[in-house]
Amino acid sequence: MKRIITLAALGVVAVWQVANAADITGTVTLKGTPPPEKEITPLKDDPTCGKMYTTTPTTHFYVVGSKGELADVVVMLKGVTGKSTGASAAPLVITQHGCQYEPGIAAVQTGQTITVKNEDPTLHNVHVIPTVTGNDEENKAQMAGGPDLSFSFAKPENFVKFKCDVHAWMFAWVTVVDSPYYAVTDKDGKFTIKNVPPGKYTVTALHRKAAPTGVDQEVEVKDANVTADFTLEVK
Amino acid sequence: MAESKHQVWLHRFAVVTALATAVLIGVGGLVTSKGAGMSVPDWPTSYGYNMFALPFKYWKGGAFFEHTHRLAASLIGFLTTIMMVWLWLKEPRRWMRWLGVIAFFAVVLQGVLGGLRVVLFKDQIGIFHAALAQAFLVLVCALALFTSRWWRQLPGQTVTSAQAALRPLLLGTTIIIFAQLVLGATMRHQHAGLAIPDFPLAYGKLWPATDAASVARYNQERIEITAPNAITATQIILQMAHRIMAVIILGAVTLCAWQSRRKLGGKHPLARVSTVWLGLILTQVALGAWTIWSNKAADVATAHVVVGALSLVTGAMLTIVGYRCLSPLTAAQTVSAKRTSSLPHGATQMG
Repeated sequence: MKRIITLAALGVVAVWQVANAADITGTVTLKGTPPPEKEITPLKDDPTCGKMYTTTPTTHFYVVGSKGELADVVVMLKGVTGKSTGASAAPLVITQHGCQYEPGIAAVQTGQTITVKNEDPTLHNVHVIPTVTGNDEENKAQMAGGPDLSFSFAKPENFVKFKCDVHAWMFAWVTVVDSPYYAVTDKDGKFTIKNVPPGKYTVTALHRKAAPTGVDQEVEVKDANVTADFTLEVK
Repeated sequence: MAESKHQVWLHRFAVVTALATAVLIGVGGLVTSKGAGMSVPDWPTSYGYNMFALPFKYWKGGAFFEHTHRLAASLIGFLTTIMMVWLWLKEPRRWMRWLGVIAFFAVVLQGVLGGLRVVLFKDQIGIFHAALAQAFLVLVCALALFTSRWWRQLPGQTVTSAQAALRPLLLGTTIIIFAQLVLGATMRHQHAGLAIPDFPLAYGKLWPATDAASVARYNQERIEITAPNAITATQIILQMAHRIMAVIILGAVTLCAWQSRRKLGGKHPLARVSTVWLGLILTQVALGAWTIWSNKAADVATAHVVVGALSLVTGAMLTIVGYRCLSPLTAAQTVSAKRTSSLPHGATQMG
């Protein structure tokens, strides 16, 4: 009887929290002039991969709009742990296409499956290199037309590196979060972290180059959506 | 006569093994320069195939370099095994037979380390693998030297203590070169590209700033195509140490060449080879600078590795020959030499 009452109470709290949850939205902009991107000449020179391009692709460390809107920024609630719903979340899909990873920057929850597809007419190896204890380094070959590969990580970690050693210019960076409260900015620099329960939080914005250790901002979520804009700086 | 003929072929075989090992170091260097060391995830199989039966369609990109390295390493293992057996069966010098056995176990260990680096994901093993490769090259070159007719006929030479002082100078310089190669291997296995992108200055200064804010700024400015790991202050300091060591080595080898010439005469083999050694070091310094100016182009960086290995081998061979042929005078001989030196045309060298 006690157990039923406890479960019912938890259910009521959960429903109350969802009903009162709000979104944290915002825009991330870049201040300063980033260094110029470089042409990925080894890609264009590769006999198989190069055929898929008419011009030489470039690196995309800083994807910046005309007004400084910055894409590929991971925004998440800092210090919120043990809330992961990764086990039941839909897999994150990373595709190897044109001998590049798409997306190159992504975020998942702990325990969430990451599915890696190979759409290229050549073999790749998918070499994941986490650095946090509890997340395992793995290296798997994936032939052209081969079955999808799956990965997942048990511990939160910023920017886990995915690498193809066959094609040394191929990288993706996946941030692992221990809650569902994260987002990645789009090409307009915008993000939305959905269904955040009421409370005071530290929101952090991570960018591979402009903010590799994160820039923080305090927010309080009540019953309405909250805005948290960030300005990252290139010095 | 028959034994003499046999030794000639054993010597030739040892020379071929040494040359092939130098080539293997180049191929291994290329694997690291290309960032291809992990492109074949399994070992001792390759993509699940027997290593020697991997279909050509998989020899692509980084896998081409890594797989070629594995096959070349297997060849060196095979050659070393033959050499060990050959030495054991035909070599009269006991210590040489055991040297062949040591070479065999070294090449086996080297192969296992290469494989473990792949399956255990340990960069530290890669650094040890690179260092052992250099030491193994010295060993097979020494075997080639010891099996030569020239070595057997090399006369012992009794020299003054000043001339004999060349020996520790050669040895010390060679040890510093080996330390420099280990330092270089440590830098290469960080997979972070160039920790300092300019030369002869470092981030525009004689000594670069390594505080957290400066390193963060360096990383913001770095746009790397194939080695995107963020650099750290430690890596910057490592490269500065590598540069300082290069200056020390250049000075030490110049001293060796100068002292050899002055103390033994320009026609002495040690003096001549020391001059070649200095040429190698100057080439190595130029390649080091070019490695930076080319933003660590794979072929230039690999040439830097190979010339580094040749510099080590040259120093090691000079040291070995030096200790063989330059024996210091005993106290009694020194007194006698002092007496004879007062005579016209007095010679200090005794054949």
